[in-house]
Amino acid sequence: MVLWHLFWAFCVANILGYGGGPPSIPLIQNEVVNHYGWMTNQEFGEAFAFGNALPSPIATKLGGYIGYQVAGVPGAIAALLGTIAPSAIAMIVLLRFLTLFKTAPQVKAMTQGIRPIVAVLMGLLAYEFFRDAVIGPAGILHTILLAGLSYLFMERIKVHPALVISSSLLYGAVFLS
Amino acid sequence: MSYGQLFNGFFRAGILGYGGGPSMLPLIHAEAVKKYRWIDDEEFSDIVALANALPGPIATKMAAYIGYKQKGFLGAFVTIFAVSIPVLVLMIGLLGFLFQFRHSPIVKGMVAGIQPVIGVMMAVLAYEFFSKAWKQVEKRGKTFVILLTVASSILLTVLSVSPAILIAVVLAGAFLFSTRKQRAERKVRSEASYETDQTSTERSG
Repeated sequence: MVLWHLFWAFCVANILGYGGGPPSIPLIQNEVVNHYGWMTNQEFGEAFAFGNALPSPIATKLGGYIGYQVAGVPGAIAALLGTIAPSAIAMIVLLRFLTLFKTAPQVKAMTQGIRPIVAVLMGLLAYEFFRDAVIGPAGILHTILLAGLSYLFMERIKVHPALVISSSLLYGAVFLS
Repeated sequence: MSYGQLFNGFFRAGILGYGGGPSMLPLIHAEAVKKYRWIDDEEFSDIVALANALPGPIATKMAAYIGYKQKGFLGAFVTIFAVSIPVLVLMIGLLGFLFQFRHSPIVKGMVAGIQPVIGVMMAVLAYEFFSKAWKQVEKRGKTFVILLTVASSILLTVLSVSPAILIAVVLAGAFLFSTRKQRAERKVRSEASYETDQTSTERSG
């Protein structure tokens, strides 16, 4: 039963996250944390941070990792099938009808329409992680410092995210333990 | 054309591609078009167009099509595996190792240290999605972007509407709206051409 739920949860999140992997992140969070309660928000955040710091597509890393945590290798396979199979099969079957899709205005409208909502969902998640950090062991000063520094290094100086994540882990091990 | 090459090409694209599937397209292009010549430029842009139109992660859709074209279903399995599984195993190993020591104060400190960074990453993604929505519409559309943002904020927080349902409704709305608009434009165009036909017949007659 849990395997079917894993398949279904990741299938829904990835199909509704129209426009590639990143838009499906908040939908995956909603299924995994709020709906099925497989993980806490904190655990999901850790999976997201590591997934973001490592290469290759984000949706398969989240699906495979969460599926594995919930139900071992069969869980990982079920979640990966839900993530990959429907769109991969559609891709192979539909290519002969390509001309129908190529210039369809619906594609642009749907991609455009979903963006503000994904932005709001991501913003709400960001708020939750900052709030948890402030009321958690990090406290307000460490949170401001870590957030400021990681923004500066990741987005302004363009240091690799993997390096920023490892530095913050090191910072936590030294100053927050 | 061997399974080994299919594996290598997508393995390289997978381990070199950061920031999710969409940023991997140039890497897949480098392997599939330039290096191995599995497909040409025109076919590549065709499958990108189709992959963009379909939901789901984009890198695995590209892998599925190219692998299937070369070697059938087994080829698609190899390319999808190569692009996603090696790094996934690495991630399960890394996090598994870390969380064996979940209750040690050092790992608790690490977990606390990473939290604000997760917040920053989410906030950056939120900003990127909003600015993409904002920049790609004209003046009239901007009001609509604000409307959608405010309405979805209220629906998601105050009224606790499920994000999946909200997104499904917006996708359906966008689809219907653009279909109606397309039909209306077609109708205007065909009426215009009908009128020019009429005038030309009148003139000739």
